[in-house]
Amino acid sequence: MTTQMSKAETQHMIAKRVALELQGPCTVNLGIGIPTLVAEYMTEDNIYLHTENGLLGVTDVEEADIDPNLVNAGKLPVGEAIGSSFFNSSDSFAMIRGGHVDVAILGALQVDETGVIANWAVPGKNIMGVGGAMDLLVGAKKVFVTMNHTSKDGSSKLLKECTYPITSTRQVDMIFTELAVFNVEDGQLKLVDLMPGATIEEVREKTEAAFIE
Amino acid sequence: MSKIQHDIQQALSYVKSGDTVLVGGFGLIGAPLTLIDGLTEKDVNDLTIVSNNLGESGKGLGILLNQNKIKKGIGSYFTSNRDVGDKYQRGEIELELLPQGTLAESMRAGGAGIGGYYTTTGVGTDLAKGKEEREIDGVKYILEKAIRADVALIRAHKADTLGNLVYYKTARNFNPLMATAAKTVIVEVDEIVEPGELNPEEIVTPFIYVDFIVKAQQILTKEGVVSV
Repeated sequence: MTTQMSKAETQHMIAKRVALELQGPCTVNLGIGIPTLVAEYMTEDNIYLHTENGLLGVTDVEEADIDPNLVNAGKLPVGEAIGSSFFNSSDSFAMIRGGHVDVAILGALQVDETGVIANWAVPGKNIMGVGGAMDLLVGAKKVFVTMNHTSKDGSSKLLKECTYPITSTRQVDMIFTELAVFNVEDGQLKLVDLMPGATIEEVREKTEAAFIE
Repeated sequence: MSKIQHDIQQALSYVKSGDTVLVGGFGLIGAPLTLIDGLTEKDVNDLTIVSNNLGESGKGLGILLNQNKIKKGIGSYFTSNRDVGDKYQRGEIELELLPQGTLAESMRAGGAGIGGYYTTTGVGTDLAKGKEEREIDGVKYILEKAIRADVALIRAHKADTLGNLVYYKTARNFNPLMATAAKTVIVEVDEIVEPGELNPEEIVTPFIYVDFIVKAQQILTKEGVVSV
């Protein structure tokens, strides 16, 4: 089933599933890519979005109201919610590092079987950017990860050990792919849901990391 | 002496070759585009630029990069300008990558007379290599040094003639921190007003930090960067 979906459809399917896990009142930081799409599917009231470039209370914006100086961390235009506030980068990361942000939703390149992720550098390529990923991992109360289950060559991205440089020694809390949803419990991955069209056989075949069924 | 400078090059006379320069902005948003443009016309080189990004390809600090005026970049996300990677590959620029929160906090510390600080961010990663690790109350931290610079080039929305500043939406970002962490601070604004016109409760950067004020001549619009 997943092979018949377009990339965008798959991304939206994952984002929609992540949104089910968000219960207000809470403050959520959304990373670039699939995490940004999660905002479209949040149905709970009292979920406030934080963006690390200095805004608490992010909403979407109508085309006519776009302001080039009002953007999210992906530099996409956004709006300001009722009750929003602006602050400098140091205050923004104090919120993150200081444990005041409830949930961070991030993309990942790899995750290991204890829930440690790699999402900022690829061996053999220039290391050009880390952004706020390391701060979010050490500071957010919960970290949710969205990722493709396999690479283009079909190899698993859920590995026994990350082969790319890790982003933090902290274990994430939940992992969402186009095939499955895992909780990280006591340093082990636990399968909690299959995505639409996926089978347990397919998940077993495409997951190198050990996980509890 | 008035802090207002009508001549951009006059304002930039404080930037010397070999200087460390803080440059505000998150990409082009909140970047002092007029002052950066002025630097591209100035005969200066071997600069160490501290900024979240080095602009975009051929825009903002990206122009300065392509003129080979930058010896070293200190930032968190150079990915936004592909030219940085190409130059790095050719050995034409040094780069120091810091987590974004560490970049911000290092300037906050620098401006507040703090020499360094321990942070959880980066512990156990490649970016912790060579940095002192220390356990405090059972939690591991690494030592990060404060950042201070010769000059800061920043962007605000309004200044009064004393140098009090207010910012605009997400164009604030690193600017208020940089205002505190350099020997000479030059701000570029949309509007200059008389003292008393800004509400004291709304002033984000008090005038004590600001040395010179220039009026923005290059601004970011929906259509990109335009001259006004």
